[in-house]
Amino acid sequence: MLDRRRFLALSSAALGVGALAACSSGGDSGSGGDGGTDVEVFTWWAAGSEKAGLDALVKVFGEQHSDFTFVNGAVAGGAGSAAKDMLQSRLQASDPPDTFQAHAGAELQDYIDAAQIEDVSDLYDEYKLTDAFPKDLVDRLTVDGKIYSIPSNIHRSNVVWANAKVLEKAGIDAKKAPGSVDDFLADLEKAKGAGVTALSVGTTWCQVNLLEAILMSELGSEKYNGLFDGKTTWDDAAVTSSLEAFQKMMGYTNTDRDSLDWPDATQQLIDGKAAYNVMGDWAEAAFQQAKLKDGEDYTYFPLPGKEKIFGFLADSFTLPVGAPNADGAKAWLDTLSSKDGQLAFNLAKGSIPARTDVDESQFGTYSQTALKSFAEDAISPSIAHGAAVPVAWLNDLSDATSQFTTGASDLAAYQKALVAAAHKYAS
Amino acid sequence: MRSRVRRYGPPLLLISPSLVLVGVFVYVLIARNLWTSMTDNHTAAQANGRKDVSFVFLENYVALFKSPQFQHSLWNLVLFTAVFLVGAMIVGFVWAWLLERPLPGGRIFQTVYLFPMAISFVASGVVWRWLLNSNQGDSATGLNRLFQMVGLDVLENPWWNQVTFGIAAIAIPAIWQLSGYVMALFLAGFRGVPDDLREAARMDGASSLQMYRHVIFPQLTPVLMSAIVIIAHMSLKSFDLIMSISKPANYQTKVPAVDMYVFKSSFDYANAAAVGTVLLAFIAILIVPYLIQQHRERTR
Repeated sequence: MLDRRRFLALSSAALGVGALAACSSGGDSGSGGDGGTDVEVFTWWAAGSEKAGLDALVKVFGEQHSDFTFVNGAVAGGAGSAAKDMLQSRLQASDPPDTFQAHAGAELQDYIDAAQIEDVSDLYDEYKLTDAFPKDLVDRLTVDGKIYSIPSNIHRSNVVWANAKVLEKAGIDAKKAPGSVDDFLADLEKAKGAGVTALSVGTTWCQVNLLEAILMSELGSEKYNGLFDGKTTWDDAAVTSSLEAFQKMMGYTNTDRDSLDWPDATQQLIDGKAAYNVMGDWAEAAFQQAKLKDGEDYTYFPLPGKEKIFGFLADSFTLPVGAPNADGAKAWLDTLSSKDGQLAFNLAKGSIPARTDVDESQFGTYSQTALKSFAEDAISPSIAHGAAVPVAWLNDLSDATSQFTTGASDLAAYQKALVAAAHKYAS
Repeated sequence: MRSRVRRYGPPLLLISPSLVLVGVFVYVLIARNLWTSMTDNHTAAQANGRKDVSFVFLENYVALFKSPQFQHSLWNLVLFTAVFLVGAMIVGFVWAWLLERPLPGGRIFQTVYLFPMAISFVASGVVWRWLLNSNQGDSATGLNRLFQMVGLDVLENPWWNQVTFGIAAIAIPAIWQLSGYVMALFLAGFRGVPDDLREAARMDGASSLQMYRHVIFPQLTPVLMSAIVIIAHMSLKSFDLIMSISKPANYQTKVPAVDMYVFKSSFDYANAAAVGTVLLAFIAILIVPYLIQQHRERTR
């Protein structure tokens, strides 16, 4: 009897130890891309035009660097939040991918402070990128004289999209863009009179996207850019008037906004249920998909204001500290910053290249306007997409915005919360 | 001594693997979480040791409880739990009472009522997000549209988009999913009442209502306790349902679990840990007395 007991005890203890060992080894084998020729590229591009862009880039990578093998580390879900979550724990555990996608700008600040990504300034020299990218952009990416990521593409955030047929019915000239925020508000009133949702908008981040567009319009680029380095204070009178305009515009929006993401809000425009929508230019892909005709069925213009501004955000790639295959990662950065890479990627994704020397003739009608504006107009970073503020600041800003648009706080309290957030995080 | 080793040694050895695993992965990590919540570990640089982390004792907790945003989250949690708990108890109990007597087709109803529990919160949340659409009037969809179609326009409401009480709307799908489970618990309770007690009651001339009131219901108290503890602790932890109906940044549906997620996403591990500890404390307040009572009953 005793023998059997002892046997059972020993064998179960052995099983336990075995299970522990299996757990620990299982964690390692999952990461992939450890040295050799594999390059693990971590993104949240898992579907739609983003996936198409990634595929196009991988094809160019295969041609330029056939000695490396691309390993797709894409994590789907939550517009990148699932991927960022996963990345956070992997970096924390010193198990980084070879390179990962991140919005260029302030969103990188946390990784920089934690010394989780390398300075890639020397790659800018090696690949001759400093002159290929616009100086404005390179300046925005530079932190204390160092650059930590290489942009693959540029998106514009401050675009107003409109359903031309709906505008016509409401008696608004679809060919002519309004000249100021007030003109735009007047057009919204007309659209409302036609019995449609005047301005469709989605959940909190879409509302922040709308807010930043208004801030750019009302403040002008220099003052707007100053909001993030302390040169402009958030209790400025121009911010107050922007918030008032924001409040008015929210009054024209759909009541189910908080349950919608941007594709749903844009869909309302496509279906003719809404007249206007303020969204980044990834929306262009949705209009293309719905086979709407540019100029006939839908039109677009930057939200009008003091001056012409290109509200920018950029996807970029990094070189993590301790990347298992740093050479492979550098090869990937070489491809995505090359002319061929940027052309192939952006044609498929529907964004514009960060390089200014790419053959522009192949891009569509909308992209042509974005390319022109990017080259000529003032450039301001987007708040909602990590270009202007770090994640913690953006979270506070989003919370304040949601609190305001759900009616839990008034305009004065809203502005106070924005001031407090800036006070907490601005350097 | 030797006999003690003989007596307790092998069983202890047998359960030691699970003891060690639970010890490390539950209790050590709870302690670690508690420690993190009392530091100023608010940035990525501090989390991976590049910058110093210092002990701030209860500072994070004080700041949390003072912030109107977190108070709003707590209020939402209390409201959600109250509606969820009362709703699931009443519906589950009534179903169990109706199905307790052998009815033709009773089994089918049991299965039907229990079925929603088999669906994941995320899947049902996606459907309920559409049902609970807040549009009213011409653009209404989901339940609001249904109300219009049957002429109950007065019932149209913004559901979870109402900032103070909206969270209660999300308790509706939760009730829908868990009522069947509560019913199953109560059914087991009803079946556990010996037939001779019922017979004795009838012999003494008790009416059907009196029999339930004085003989059967009192014996369901332990089941009720279990059901309350199970539903309440699920409710305190609920995150997936809220997340798939609403979104993390939506102020009207913030609860502490969502706050924890948002803090973590901005590398604010200290505050995330503090919120986690608050939740753990709530659940402990609920569960510990229950466990003690269970233990007493078993050892009596």
